Amino acid sequence: MMRGRILHIIIGMMLAMLVSMTSCREDDVIVLTEYESLPMLDRESPFAGFYLLNEGNMGSNKCTLDFVDFEQGQYARNLYAERNPNVVKELGDVGNDIQIYGSKLYAVINCSHKVEVLDARTCQRIGQVDIPNCRYVAFDGGYAYVSSYVGPVGIDPNAQLGAVFQVDTATLEVTAEVTVGYQPDELVVQDGLIYVANSGGYRKPNYDYTVSVIDIATMTQIRKIPVGINLHRVRADRYGKLWVSSRGDYKSVPSRLFVLEKDKRTGRMEVSDTLDIPCSEMEICGDSLYLYSVAWSDISQENRVTYGIVDVRTGRLVSDNFITDGTETDIEIPYGLKVNPENGDIYVTDAKNYVSSGNLLCYGRDGKLKWKVRTGDIPAHMAFLKKTN
Amino acid sequence: MERLCRWVSFVCAIGVLAALPVRVWADETSSTDSIQTRSLGEVMVTANRYSEVIPSQKLAGKELQALNSFSVADAIRYFSGIQIKDYGGVGGLKTVNIRSMGTNHMGVYYNGIQLGNAQNGQVDLGKFSLENIEEISLYNGQKSEIFQSAREFGSAGSIYLTTRRPKFKPGEKSHLKASFKTGSFDLVNPSVLFEYKLSESVSMTFNSEWTNSSGKYKFRYKRVTPSGEVAYDTTATRQNGDIDAVRFEGGLQGYLSNGFWKAYVYHYSSERGIPGAIVNNVWRNGERLWDRNTFVQGVYQQDITRKYSLKVNAKYAFDYTHYVNNDDKLMRVDNQYKQREVYVSLANKYSILRNWDVSVAYDMQWNGLSEYLSASRYTHWISAATAFSLADRLKMQASVLATLVDETAEGQTKAPNKSKVTPAVFLSYQPLKRYNWVLRAFYKQIYRMPTFNDLYYTDMGNSALKPESATQYNVGFTYAVAPKTGFLSGFHTGVDAYYNLVKDKIVAYPKGQQFRWTMLNLGKVDIRGVDVQATATFRLPLEIGLMTKVQYTYQEAIDITNPSDNYYRDQIPYIPWHSGSAILGLTYKDWGLNYSFVYVGERYNQQENIEYNYVQPWYTSDISLVKSFKIKAVNLKVTAEVNNLFDQAYDVVLNYPMPMRNYRFGIAIEL
Repeated sequence: MMRGRILHIIIGMMLAMLVSMTSCREDDVIVLTEYESLPMLDRESPFAGFYLLNEGNMGSNKCTLDFVDFEQGQYARNLYAERNPNVVKELGDVGNDIQIYGSKLYAVINCSHKVEVLDARTCQRIGQVDIPNCRYVAFDGGYAYVSSYVGPVGIDPNAQLGAVFQVDTATLEVTAEVTVGYQPDELVVQDGLIYVANSGGYRKPNYDYTVSVIDIATMTQIRKIPVGINLHRVRADRYGKLWVSSRGDYKSVPSRLFVLEKDKRTGRMEVSDTLDIPCSEMEICGDSLYLYSVAWSDISQENRVTYGIVDVRTGRLVSDNFITDGTETDIEIPYGLKVNPENGDIYVTDAKNYVSSGNLLCYGRDGKLKWKVRTGDIPAHMAFLKKTN
Repeated sequence: MERLCRWVSFVCAIGVLAALPVRVWADETSSTDSIQTRSLGEVMVTANRYSEVIPSQKLAGKELQALNSFSVADAIRYFSGIQIKDYGGVGGLKTVNIRSMGTNHMGVYYNGIQLGNAQNGQVDLGKFSLENIEEISLYNGQKSEIFQSAREFGSAGSIYLTTRRPKFKPGEKSHLKASFKTGSFDLVNPSVLFEYKLSESVSMTFNSEWTNSSGKYKFRYKRVTPSGEVAYDTTATRQNGDIDAVRFEGGLQGYLSNGFWKAYVYHYSSERGIPGAIVNNVWRNGERLWDRNTFVQGVYQQDITRKYSLKVNAKYAFDYTHYVNNDDKLMRVDNQYKQREVYVSLANKYSILRNWDVSVAYDMQWNGLSEYLSASRYTHWISAATAFSLADRLKMQASVLATLVDETAEGQTKAPNKSKVTPAVFLSYQPLKRYNWVLRAFYKQIYRMPTFNDLYYTDMGNSALKPESATQYNVGFTYAVAPKTGFLSGFHTGVDAYYNLVKDKIVAYPKGQQFRWTMLNLGKVDIRGVDVQATATFRLPLEIGLMTKVQYTYQEAIDITNPSDNYYRDQIPYIPWHSGSAILGLTYKDWGLNYSFVYVGERYNQQENIEYNYVQPWYTSDISLVKSFKIKAVNLKVTAEVNNLFDQAYDVVLNYPMPMRNYRFGIAIEL
């Protein structure tokens, strides 16, 4: 009977489909490191290579650690899980800074509220320091100094001042804490003082506009230097000047670069120059300050990206692009910048749409692309590993 | 304090009810009712007279009750072509996506009128309890009948939730049902339902429910090394997932000659924790959410003449949301939003011939958002449709919808006004009169307007957004047979293949600094899929009833935005290639045993289909046992459920763990 046959065929088809679709669940295997060879080899360099910390989008827990190996000429993608398989939920959520001090690597994991401490050579875990909403790290005299968006809870919950934590790098214990301005970001240590850039990002539109000065000996905030709104980065050049970037308010006040110098009369750091150059990230190498800026334009509905080199002696923009071969158009959103002090190679990361793999691009001193490689999500922060580390 | 208030209001509601029946029963005993037995249930039969070209997938009555479902979202998993995003737990957000086009293309209708959320376009189906839902229907494209409001022509897919309609047997005057559920997650869930026949043509219903749960459940994350050794295996308790919610609904429905009317009041109030993502070193989050949703709506429908019918819908809704993040480690947030919606609709149908109808409808809606964001818009929908049938075997329907949006925003760049015209065509054909084998096809184009958040949300909104468009093509067939003798007593199957193209998809795009985004019309998605469903009922000896239902979906939804993207032609996030479900229901006298299985195949949690973003399939088995008793005029029903029987530890959304094995017990008394 026709009807019966149709029915059998249909039922048969469905059963077959049901069986074929049922691929089963297995235990999740830790994500292993992937290796990719790079068209480069540099055995002469004092650096074994450099680490790249991928931030990972917020809530994704996809902060990962990659390594560019100069001696092998290869790229190692995602080292942490394989080297530390027993750490629950891996490296964490949103990596915000990475630095090497002595034989240890410090990764500041913002949304996991911790500083992860690894052996710089093996990437094996030594320990972690719990610091809430931690942002950046700097070192001096055997101590790490970590900026944090939230200090002790004050009386007014709407005015959460930030803090700088002092961590003993031998014991990984917090030894002191000092309250600074609102939502402090980068920090540098110079002459026994810590300079930390306060952003006030949680208080918009009432951004903070100061750099806090902390005396390391007493671990107290001794001054606040007025600079500009929504400060982000602070770097020292070899002449003792500080270069501080402001994000602006993303609307009417543009991003800018400020120079702080010691006032000859008072001996105190003051703003000596304001450069009308937008700056999202900078890297000082010798007398050159490499920078780029990404600013959203409501008019063109696009990110406006600029690159440049500033001479730290004169404060003049000496080049409006360190990429000379036109490949800057391949970079959707520059998100990290590092310069190799040995050979002048420039490393730029591209975060693309934040929720897919980015790229790491290497440019020679001449501004021509040498190689590029796929990274993790939001490649951002880099740290060189010396052969002597 | 607010929690106490919700509890008190629920107790008061029960108190009022407790007082009511005394009078009602007194009425009943003394009433000298006429023996007219026109049931109010027939009202809806009248409404269904205008037959649909393409029937919906339906879950109703006993079948719906037998599923181990707590909310509407749980039940919708048994429809084909649907993906649920579930953040886990009783209070976790649950949204539905039809045929990979995105949540915002889905229209959810509560007793015939769309539930709106102009702020973010999402309807949390976890908020809608199944307690008083009688029927859930899913339509691809739109409900293919022409006598409907203009707005109903405006979604890429529609879910209709219909609450229990009072049906009185001769001599009956009232129904009272009380139920209580408890179980895992410290769930306490009492509810009462009361139905009363005010007169031969008018009846009222009242329903209230209280849900309280700590939201605590065990979850587990485990990884192994390639050699199979345990890398880590950790079990923890989900925190800050508590919910305290109360719901009241009241309805009044009347029956007219050749028509009916209905008035409806709905109020929902809740406080809940938002449990947040589980990431390294973070096992608890501090976000809290307070919600109040209130609406009143009314429907009036009448055949004015033999050829002309009229339907009027009206609704006023007020939603209040209060979001607080009081985690010491994070930015303090304390935002309040108020949304208001006013909606009126006028639908007219005229029968030119017995087999040829035309309709015209006009809907107008005003949406306002205030407090944290301030914006409003007027939306006008105008639809014209025609339906034609030949010998009841060829059915055709064509409609065209014009959507006009007038935007206003305070203190921000106002988005430009928008207008769009979209067509739809539906066809079905039964080639052989002897066989209930029906071929069907539809074509539909639709736009979804950007939400207030898309347009104006602080720093992120982009007032220049264009509407997102979706085009759908569908072909398929249904086959049904009901043998008079033999093992099989009924069989029904439906198979559809479809192709959808989503253009100008509204996606979040980074603005260069950490956590800064904007919305852009960037995406383009190509979706091809097959939906299959089949239901069979069997004739067994010894009063044993057996029902089976299987459903399977294959989907390929690929991103074709830009060939230079890493993820070009990759499957879009969270869309499994294979998914399906199976239900097996066994009844014997007063006993019922139900088994249901849900399968969601492998998928990726981000755009790139790389190992790092890979998500394993998940599948759960739920089982329930029901026993009914009848003691004089009292019906008693006792239920025991085990969900996730095999204790699977899985995430639907990355880092949002789902509950492992859990239990629920229920008792319901009906008078």
